[in-house]
Amino acid sequence: MTLPEPPLAILAELSHRCPLRCPYCSNPVELERAGVEMDTATWCRVLDEAVGMGVLQVHFSGGEPTVRQDLETLVAHATEVGLYSNLITSAVLLDEARLGRLHDAGLRHVQVSFQAAEPELADHIGGFKGGHVRKVAVAEAVRRLGMALTVNAVINRHNVEQVDDMIALAVDLGAQRIEIAHVQYYGWGLKNRAALMPTRAATDQAIARVRVAEERLKGRLVFDHVVPDYYATRPKACMNGWGRRFLNITPSGRVLPCHAAETVPGLVFQSVRDLPLAEIWREAPAFQQFRGTDWMPEPCQSCDRKEVDWGGCRCQALAITGDAANADPACELSPFHDRLLALATTEAEAAAPAFVYRQFANAVEPAE
Amino acid sequence: MTDQIRIGEESTPKLAAHVTMKFDKHRDRWVILAPERVLMLDQIAAEILNRCDGKSVAAIIDDLVATFEAPRQDIAKDVIAMLQDMADKGTIVA
Repeated sequence: MTLPEPPLAILAELSHRCPLRCPYCSNPVELERAGVEMDTATWCRVLDEAVGMGVLQVHFSGGEPTVRQDLETLVAHATEVGLYSNLITSAVLLDEARLGRLHDAGLRHVQVSFQAAEPELADHIGGFKGGHVRKVAVAEAVRRLGMALTVNAVINRHNVEQVDDMIALAVDLGAQRIEIAHVQYYGWGLKNRAALMPTRAATDQAIARVRVAEERLKGRLVFDHVVPDYYATRPKACMNGWGRRFLNITPSGRVLPCHAAETVPGLVFQSVRDLPLAEIWREAPAFQQFRGTDWMPEPCQSCDRKEVDWGGCRCQALAITGDAANADPACELSPFHDRLLALATTEAEAAAPAFVYRQFANAVEPAE
Repeated sequence: MTDQIRIGEESTPKLAAHVTMKFDKHRDRWVILAPERVLMLDQIAAEILNRCDGKSVAAIIDDLVATFEAPRQDIAKDVIAMLQDMADKGTIVA
């Protein structure tokens, strides 16, 4: 066995609690409760271990990471040990005073999610009245404090027509970066797929508009464009390959190759409460399962792109084909590709059902 | 919002405020840490960026010409192209 390179970054899901209720959330439908969250000292120990194994960045995420009152302590600790911190937030719990404390702790970059370009639709999608206006105010404070701002614009059937307005919002806010993220159908997003899926025509138009804006704003706004899997011809290099560049730690300390990995049956996830992070990364069967290319079936195994897209996404293969070891059906070479496209087309052309909002009341109770 | 930065010999590039450059001992190379991005620098890129400390691009080029004993026009072309790309990605300001 060759030893894997260390991960570049870790996603630290500090809590699954969140004031927003976005139906596209990629968190698992089995949300972890506040009572199982790791304490400050354990997270600090995890950050120490991460640096020790060669991790360079930490993404503080959730749920909503700012529900944790110890976020400043964790950011300060990350800074002290040499990690670059990113805060991935809904922003509605933040104000300028707390942002100032986070900045003092060494935070350099904040990613704020936006559900639409205007308050009415944004607040409907986020399930939080008054959210949009607060996000705008917090984003402005991020810039006033001199931190980098990313606008995360999650695109779905309800706001796909507003993509230019969302780019304009990012420009107005002085963002350095925008993520145009077409919904990825995992967790709550998968549960709400029919309520979120845009038509092919609307999707193509949005993609074309983004390309034009990207060219126009070159050198002023950095674009990250997460293209929609269901209308793709080749799969995304999910997580840049399973167990290859990133890992994800849940609020309770379970270590995952990606945030949806818990949907894959038969995989056992170990916890940083029990084992060193480096050992889990290197040796845990869940990480070995789809690492590299040996596991790949056809059409991946003989494909010249197998070290480009790494077989795409295991969780999507599972969700659509019933087997996580299949090629990602987003690939047109997959025998299941037509099924994927038919699901998207049928759902997008039907009337949108109501959202099942992401909230503990709608969550599946974890099996003990 | 700012206009696109145009890198020329008179520019004085430096890392953007939210960007860090450090030597990564695990990978034995210089890296750039930026919002949700890690850039692994090759030796040339590291030589250029380590000189972005208030010097003009012209002075950086002259310094590299002296260090590597290469033709000035070749070095100038590479330095300006690399810095322009970094400016377009928001990694440096000038």
